[in-house]
Amino acid sequence: MTALADYNFAYLDEQTKRMIRRAILKAIAIPGYQVPFASREMPMPYGWGTGGVQVTAAILGPHDVLKVIDQGADDTTNAVSIRAFFQKVADVAVTTKTSEATIIQTRHRIPEETLGENQVLVYQVPIPEPLRFLEPRETETRQMHALEEYGLMHVKLYEDIARHGRIATTYAYPVKVAGRYVMDPSPTPKFDNPKMNQSAALQLFGAGREKRIYAVPPYTDVVSLDFEDHPFEVQTFEKPCALCGARHVYLDEVVLDDKGGRMFVCSDTDYCETRREEGQRGEMLADMKEAAE
Amino acid sequence: MVATATLIPGFADPVFDAQSSFRAAMDALSRPGTIQQIGCPLTPPKGLSAASAALMLTLCDYDTPVYLSAALAQGAVPGWLGFHAGAKVTSDKSNSAFAFFDKSSPLPAFSQFSQGTQDYPDRSTTIVLEVASLEGGARLSLSGPGIKGANEISPVGLPATFLDQWRANRALFPRGIDLILTCGNRLIGLPRTVNIKALEV
Repeated sequence: MTALADYNFAYLDEQTKRMIRRAILKAIAIPGYQVPFASREMPMPYGWGTGGVQVTAAILGPHDVLKVIDQGADDTTNAVSIRAFFQKVADVAVTTKTSEATIIQTRHRIPEETLGENQVLVYQVPIPEPLRFLEPRETETRQMHALEEYGLMHVKLYEDIARHGRIATTYAYPVKVAGRYVMDPSPTPKFDNPKMNQSAALQLFGAGREKRIYAVPPYTDVVSLDFEDHPFEVQTFEKPCALCGARHVYLDEVVLDDKGGRMFVCSDTDYCETRREEGQRGEMLADMKEAAE
Repeated sequence: MVATATLIPGFADPVFDAQSSFRAAMDALSRPGTIQQIGCPLTPPKGLSAASAALMLTLCDYDTPVYLSAALAQGAVPGWLGFHAGAKVTSDKSNSAFAFFDKSSPLPAFSQFSQGTQDYPDRSTTIVLEVASLEGGARLSLSGPGIKGANEISPVGLPATFLDQWRANRALFPRGIDLILTCGNRLIGLPRTVNIKALEV
């Protein structure tokens, strides 16, 4: 026995967990609707994923295996600190392998590997209201959702076309869930939007500062808003990943020097590493190997 | 005299039993029609199924007015619920966050419960209904969010007017009640989004 008092399992007290759990069940029953909840102060600042952390803490059990990613990477500050947090307060098993995880908390990416029915994806959401930058008043946006009045969002996308000749929104691209609510998929690149549609995994969204939880149940229609003559399309990349050679994945640009040198690598580090372990070689990895020899 | 004789225990391990019971409820509602199981042992008060009792302890507290069917309200349940969860029992259906029904009490019309509002559809009642069995009855086909294609359930003991009532509930979307069917330690979730049709035998 330690003399010091311990945290409750997964940091939150039981009453808080019950409140969050009730909100999660309502969110699942009303796909895409933002359920208000009494978000707590967490031992990390707003903007560091307090919403996602609270959702994860409420669903996490001792048999879960947790993976945390930040922009697709397992080894960046936000991911490392949240993973360490749950190791400390819940003593939970963690992994970087997408396929081994039962709960994946994510900031701004969906893993490249297709998720399964035994997995839950928890998103960290900064601004849950897709209409917020078009209409700052909560009373108004609430009514717009109530009346399914989403014309303003289409006007915004139309103005993109009028100004740029195409829909210029590249991240946090608005989606319609189960044919009813327009939802912000959090600032994921629009590249990831198609993965949300009919996903086998349950998707939960937590916004700590804005005090909202919402959800997309498994096997639910998630449609990116578009126009008949300007259909939704995702980003494409000219070259494959420089390290693993993967095509049709989301790539990060890495600046290499001050002479315009750059490389494009998988944003999903686990996906990239797995491919390299399987012997896949991108052009720059091959270069390095030759240089070493 | 106030009955002080026996206090029926709640969860043996409140933290982990509530967590595993919640995951069963979350899986039930996110995958409508699948039969989920409460994994922890729990001796419920008389008249309550183990699954209904586990949901009570998992989801109810001083923030949630609970409506109990007449039979449950008269037995040991209100005291048990008050002691372990701190939840208040209400007789006002339209103001209840949760409503629990044993298998012999008649189920009132869904419209008597809180439906939520168009602005706040989450402020609606979740009804937990114990049925005689979750399998072996008339076959019902389910479709909607959470279901790949279609799913089938065959609970025994639903009221005769259930399908009509559910259709009216479904038409209210995003308002409406959510329903959880329990029997023993097993449960089926029927969120308001699910379409239910009778299958011809």
